[in-house]
Amino acid sequence: MMSKIISFISGTIFGVGLTVSKMINPEKVLGFLDLFGQWDPSLIFVMMGAIIISAPVFFSFRNKKKPLFADNFTIPTVKSIDKNLIIGSGTFGVGWGLVGFCPGPAISSLALLNTYSVFFVLSMLGGFLLTKLVNKIIVAPQ
Amino acid sequence: MNIINFTPISAFAGGLLIGLAVILFFVGNGRLAGVSGIVNNALVSKQNRTDNFLFIVGLILGPIFYVFFTKNNIPFLITSSLPTIIIAGFLVGIGTKVGRGCTSGHGICGISLLSLRSIIATIIFMITAIITVGLFG
Repeated sequence: MMSKIISFISGTIFGVGLTVSKMINPEKVLGFLDLFGQWDPSLIFVMMGAIIISAPVFFSFRNKKKPLFADNFTIPTVKSIDKNLIIGSGTFGVGWGLVGFCPGPAISSLALLNTYSVFFVLSMLGGFLLTKLVNKIIVAPQ
Repeated sequence: MNIINFTPISAFAGGLLIGLAVILFFVGNGRLAGVSGIVNNALVSKQNRTDNFLFIVGLILGPIFYVFFTKNNIPFLITSSLPTIIIAGFLVGIGTKVGRGCTSGHGICGISLLSLRSIIATIIFMITAIITVGLFG
């Protein structure tokens, strides 16, 4: 029960954070990505604010045996810099730059009842499912 | 390069809130608040499905609470065409699934953990996004 409450509160605070930081607005994000035009550096400050809080907590908590409301920590164990990481991240960046939406702001912006947000999120879900399907067919299970 | 529309204080304040959400999810549930992973898992995996779903509901309610309590409106503008939106959505879905993370998972959680994978992923998606805006923006 507690883990469900935590999930809901975390998601809510995350959504408020995206709104306060204005990153929910694709135009704002595109301003950051327009490095060689009219540049808006705000997104760097969002990342700094988030990392300043989370990094110390991650490091002070990493030796604890278990989190407060779950049996264990689930943190990715993959360490290798593989071709999936590079191709995937590169592909994500192209999509991000085309519209100014990454997954968090796209989901949060559904609150604004904008038709384009809905189309973006549905297409993103389509991308997840398509990748899963392709993985099943051509890529050997890792 | 000209600097315009720079809002460092609201950006930093919003960033602190996102950091708070990240540590709450980590200390409480032992998980990283990477949005692409949470949404993907809610869609394709039965594990923690209710947790993932509630996180997503919270993400959507966040802006609504913000408007309710501050009475501010939320500036929001999409200038892309519908075909571009659909292509971009697919690229973001495929890319974050194959690369196993997005701006929150790699850019915030991974960098906070000093993960080399995430640092490299973040540099790569920033570069391809900046190039995309340079070419099509």
